[in-house]
Amino acid sequence: MTFASAHLDPRDRGGPAQPLLSVRDLTRHFVLARGLFGLGRRAGVVRAVDGVSFALAKGETLGIVGESGCGKSTTARLVMRLIEPDAGEVVFDGETVGPGGIELRQLRRQMQMVFQDSYASLNPRLPIEDSIAFAPAVHGVPKARARARARELLAAVGLAPDQFAHRYPHQLSGGQRQRVNIARALALEPRLIVLDEPVSALDKSVEAQVLNLLLDLKRDFGLTYLFISHDLNVVQFVSDRVLVMYLGRVVEVGPVEAIYRAPRHPYTRALLASRPSMDPARRMSEPPLTGDPPNPIDPPSGCRFRPRCAFPEAVCAESVPALVGAFAGDAHLAACHMAAAGSGHSRAPRSA
Amino acid sequence: MATTVTAEQADPTVQWAGAPLAEVRDLAVRFVSREATVHAVNGVSFSLSPGEVLVILGESGSGKSVTLRALMRLLPARRSVIEGMIRIAGHDVLALSPTALQDFRGGVVSMIFQEPMTALDPVFTIGTQIAETIIRHEGVSRAEADRRALELLELVQIPSAKRRLAAYPHQLSGGLRQRAMIAIALACRPKLLLADEPTTALDATVQIQILLLLRRLKEELGMGVIFVTHDLGVAGEIADRVAVMYAGRFVEAGDVGEVMKRPLHPYTQGLMGSTVHAGLRGTRLAAIPGAPPDLSRLPPGCPFAPRCSFAEAACRERLPDEIHLLPRRMARCLRVSA
Repeated sequence: MTFASAHLDPRDRGGPAQPLLSVRDLTRHFVLARGLFGLGRRAGVVRAVDGVSFALAKGETLGIVGESGCGKSTTARLVMRLIEPDAGEVVFDGETVGPGGIELRQLRRQMQMVFQDSYASLNPRLPIEDSIAFAPAVHGVPKARARARARELLAAVGLAPDQFAHRYPHQLSGGQRQRVNIARALALEPRLIVLDEPVSALDKSVEAQVLNLLLDLKRDFGLTYLFISHDLNVVQFVSDRVLVMYLGRVVEVGPVEAIYRAPRHPYTRALLASRPSMDPARRMSEPPLTGDPPNPIDPPSGCRFRPRCAFPEAVCAESVPALVGAFAGDAHLAACHMAAAGSGHSRAPRSA
Repeated sequence: MATTVTAEQADPTVQWAGAPLAEVRDLAVRFVSREATVHAVNGVSFSLSPGEVLVILGESGSGKSVTLRALMRLLPARRSVIEGMIRIAGHDVLALSPTALQDFRGGVVSMIFQEPMTALDPVFTIGTQIAETIIRHEGVSRAEADRRALELLELVQIPSAKRRLAAYPHQLSGGLRQRAMIAIALACRPKLLLADEPTTALDATVQIQILLLLRRLKEELGMGVIFVTHDLGVAGEIADRVAVMYAGRFVEAGDVGEVMKRPLHPYTQGLMGSTVHAGLRGTRLAAIPGAPPDLSRLPPGCPFAPRCSFAEAACRERLPDEIHLLPRRMARCLRVSA
């Protein structure tokens, strides 16, 4: 259904088989300032995003999970061009983003973002109706038309326009504000929405309302989502495919059922096992992982998960594991020497 | 009469042997300002045995953190009115003098918070902060306090504890900071530990480590724990008993297994329905419509009635009473009969 609507979209260039978004070797390092007393010391480099590649099909929801410092939010901002990458390319429906390809102004019409902090993302001095109508007005839609559209969108996200259109952000609850942010993201009729922890600050009962709304909007507007969250249950609920990040790199990616049923990377396994069960009869007795997620400043050589992994071997320190599937054409890929045939790890499969 | 009071002040622990560790009756907290009176807690009663873990489950604004703070009288004295009865380890908490209160906090009851970075003092090392607490309460020498501080860091499983004594809070990761805060809270062997969402700001892999640590410490030290959270999974992992809070009242309480298996109150049922877990993919979440009520203008009847799909006229007229089913099961709903 979503594919059909994407197919009819006049802005669709490459047809349904061409990914809406494809990201290759995206890299961004942040160099730390040395500080007053740091003279002579080597300045640290935060390898926030280090060679991340993925593709996002039309009408699909790709979930990105990982712990704090894994680079998931930086990836979102790089995709949106809110920060410039050091290397790598972003291709939107066949067109490279940047000089010679799709211009930023055009890109932003087709790609919008919703942030975690619903209050900080809205102008406190604008009634919400004006916040929603702002971007269309900038892009040349007549004011009256933009405002009428804003009211339609408020209705679409479940806020009665007559009651809410003139309110200011501080007069709304967190859930209502996040609905406004979603309405604003829809105002330019984008094809892709990047959602960075959109429900993490909401109470559970409100979280469920907003998740239902996001699924309805995706169906009604034929949207594609890049959904970033630390909450594995939420990601499982909304995503078609899931990408797991650890210290700036992709460690596993694949269809949601495969990742949750048979995770291949030891980090994904530990992450999934860390979820409390809600059943007091099945309490955990040992934590799946010890220690905190490490700092992405000067990460370890080879596999970055190695210091916390239960099965590290010499090969893990020597070479960076590549993202590989279990067979040719496998959609479920993991970056672990134990999953790669002939890697030299004693637990790796014997032959390819 | 006068002699009894003196004896109780000298060592109240003698008086409460066999009694519950904590007993709270009809606790009410109001915040009064010129604009409005916010009824944050509206009649909460419970008791807790030594070694028991009570989890108070609720959403933002339900009054769960205010209840916790009232137990230690951490609320701003000038703007808040606390009514009811709080008895902890024999102390009548609401009657404690300012000096007695200082001994009580940390000595009998202590608290850990969601944000260790703001709860710890950024200009002192972890070791100093622990040692000072011990010296303040027990008057031991600095050398003895330092020795105890090291023991405490080992107790909360901080690796290379000796080196970490000299670390400042900003030099530790989130999980280690939370462990350091637990060490300070346990420094004077409190009988009751209050925990205000201590794992909410942590990553999943670290959250489970801290929950397991708290569970082990409770077993080893035999303290009672009151743990506030919005997360059903956390409650399932640590609670003996659960109390679900809404608009300043317990709407349901009982043993954790019972409440999780057979929630009685429509709000508890709604919370479970709206909690995302495996197996819900492709379905619509059973979200609770609407939002919690404004605590400065509470409706006359059941505060959940405006959001409840079972609400009838009677629900809007009168506040339902607490209905006690088994000795340890309670629900506050007209649909539940004893």
